[in-house]
Amino acid sequence: MADTSGGEPRLKVRGIYKSFGAVQALTDVDLDVPAGAVTALCGDNGAGKSVLTKCIAGTHEPDRGHIYFEGRPVRIRNAHEAAALGIETVYQDLALADNLDIVQNMFLGRERLRHRLLDENDMERAAAETLAGLRVTTVRSIRQPVGSLSGGQRQSVAVAKAVMWNSKVVIMDEPTAALGVTQTAQVLDLIRRLRDRGLAVMVISHNLIDVFAVADRIAVLYLGRMVVQAPASELDRQRVVEYMTSGGLGVSAAAMVAGGTGVQDGQD
Amino acid sequence: MARTDIPPTPGLDPSTGEPVDLTAAPEAVPLVPPEIVAQTLAEYMQAWWLRIRSGESGMLPVILALIIIVVVFELISPNHVFLSAGNIVNLFQQSAVFMMLGMAEIFALLLGEIDLSIGYWGAVGGVIAVQLVQPRTTNWPWLPAIVVALLAMGLIGAVQGTLVTRLRLPSFIVTLAGFLIGNGVMLIVLGFGPFSGYPSLNGLSVNLRAIHDLMWGTVTPAVGWIVMIVIVALMGMGLMLRDTRRRRSGLVAPPASLTWIKIAGIAAIGVGVVAVCNLNRAAVGTLEGVPWVIFIVFGVLAAWTFLLQRTRYGRYVYAIGGNPEAARRAGINVTMVRTLAFALCLLTAAIGGILYASLIGGMSNNFPGGQYVLYAVAAAVIGGTSLFGGRGKMAHGVIGGLVIGGIYNGMYLLGLAVQWEFIVTGFVLLFAVTIDSLSRGSTVGGAARHFFGQR
Repeated sequence: MADTSGGEPRLKVRGIYKSFGAVQALTDVDLDVPAGAVTALCGDNGAGKSVLTKCIAGTHEPDRGHIYFEGRPVRIRNAHEAAALGIETVYQDLALADNLDIVQNMFLGRERLRHRLLDENDMERAAAETLAGLRVTTVRSIRQPVGSLSGGQRQSVAVAKAVMWNSKVVIMDEPTAALGVTQTAQVLDLIRRLRDRGLAVMVISHNLIDVFAVADRIAVLYLGRMVVQAPASELDRQRVVEYMTSGGLGVSAAAMVAGGTGVQDGQD
Repeated sequence: MARTDIPPTPGLDPSTGEPVDLTAAPEAVPLVPPEIVAQTLAEYMQAWWLRIRSGESGMLPVILALIIIVVVFELISPNHVFLSAGNIVNLFQQSAVFMMLGMAEIFALLLGEIDLSIGYWGAVGGVIAVQLVQPRTTNWPWLPAIVVALLAMGLIGAVQGTLVTRLRLPSFIVTLAGFLIGNGVMLIVLGFGPFSGYPSLNGLSVNLRAIHDLMWGTVTPAVGWIVMIVIVALMGMGLMLRDTRRRRSGLVAPPASLTWIKIAGIAAIGVGVVAVCNLNRAAVGTLEGVPWVIFIVFGVLAAWTFLLQRTRYGRYVYAIGGNPEAARRAGINVTMVRTLAFALCLLTAAIGGILYASLIGGMSNNFPGGQYVLYAVAAAVIGGTSLFGGRGKMAHGVIGGLVIGGIYNGMYLLGLAVQWEFIVTGFVLLFAVTIDSLSRGSTVGGAARHFFGQR
């Protein structure tokens, strides 16, 4: 289904370096995020997943290296520039205001106006269309405060908020971390629908069950280096765990980890 | 423990190793405002009752409190004078100051901040206006005097807001300093030597009269009726138009019967107020008509409600009160919005200070600024605005101000000494904050966080 081989990936990262003082967070990182596919970014705590995400989302600027968007080299210096390109990030905390309703949250910061006043009807209609397009139908009313929603519904609202701006790349940070089984299934469905609409989706996750459930491609960071990038069909859970915990140094390292020595503990 | 986020061995079922799911509870139905799910009046009443039973009581407690206050004081006040036309108008006039300060405080509370300086800075606004129109000195026309007073206080509010937003000082401390500085500045602007100044509004000058009449002037009974009918008609048309637009856009609108009930309620309040005010309330001669101050309070309420509910700025105030980080990531200029809210807070407080000066016919050094700021917080919270930020409406300041004014007025009628008034108001404030805290969840945030010093 996903076109992971030929053609230019929608988002391409080449040779990214990023350090914070003496700490080298990213070293010569390459990453492809193709359209119409889910790319999972895995790695242990402190492997550099969130630094890489923030370099793409405009929160950090890389020290060296290039980011290509639809083949063009781009500089992303802040969240606005990322949004202008069509790159949206759904953070783990979702960044929703509980006291505002679904429509108000989805349009926060980009309200539509009519005669310089809030155009509630227009916004409500557009929000309803977006949610219907994503088949998010479990909410009672899109005028209910986000604080009254379940975890899965909140995640859906955050995703809908990200995709309603004709976005082309959606980055999701641990989308299933706080969810139960049913709600996780809902969110994974939602991720698949984003892919089927032709978006380039990047999911950051620790949960390998979820990763293998949705990902077309898997990329693993280990100590700030990209140790593997491959179609999900060429990997299995065992191999990914090896890459995450030892950088893929071999069976002996994996055995050591499986033995519970916990080599990566306390890295962050 | 540290490794729960990675399955240590492949094949481990993560659903057993995952953190406990705290969010999978079924959707909390009672939190949904009834008007957005109900299609008929019966459904609406059902949803409304469900919400009340689950602790989301909205304005109901404050309306009940108001009814209790009215009934109790009417029963025990000498000669049942509490509900006499003269006393009701008097009650409106006294409450107007509390209402204005309550509305001022709501700007700070919506952000999850607090402003303790509104009492004395408001008074400084009042003193500036009163001093500028004194015929013997500056002799300014009344309108520029009021505008200068409001702008000056708005500017001071912006300075306080800048200290809070740019230097990240706690608003509690900044405005506590403002409380002291404002008190000192008030004494200086009074200007007749320390502790002796009483610039008066008594006199024949048209400008003195104008400020005096903000509180004491009345419109003729006929004008009162006409203005009331126009206001009710405009509000009714606004409600109908909104429903029609929503239906035309294919959106859910509240049941028509509900809208009619709302319009009838607005009309009933309007008719009641005008009818009472148009009774002759003078012991000798004629004193009738709606006082200007009622229109002033209504005008400020309408303007600020419009700002908060219909403009981008208002939306951002609520967003910041609910989740400042989300607002920042949404590209909102959080610093600007918060600073402006502190400015609007003191500007509104200055209107309150001018109304106070008008009420007592001048300005004196014994203005109770500390007491009034607590009344303002009490009015806002009693009305239903949360101390925790993000929840509240301007109308809460008005209805809460009426409750505070009712207690104040009733205890005065009973001839109770001021210490009892303090104690009763203190308990009412405690009660209101308790309700707020219990109904808005257990998380301590916003202004409460500043009180307890947990930043």
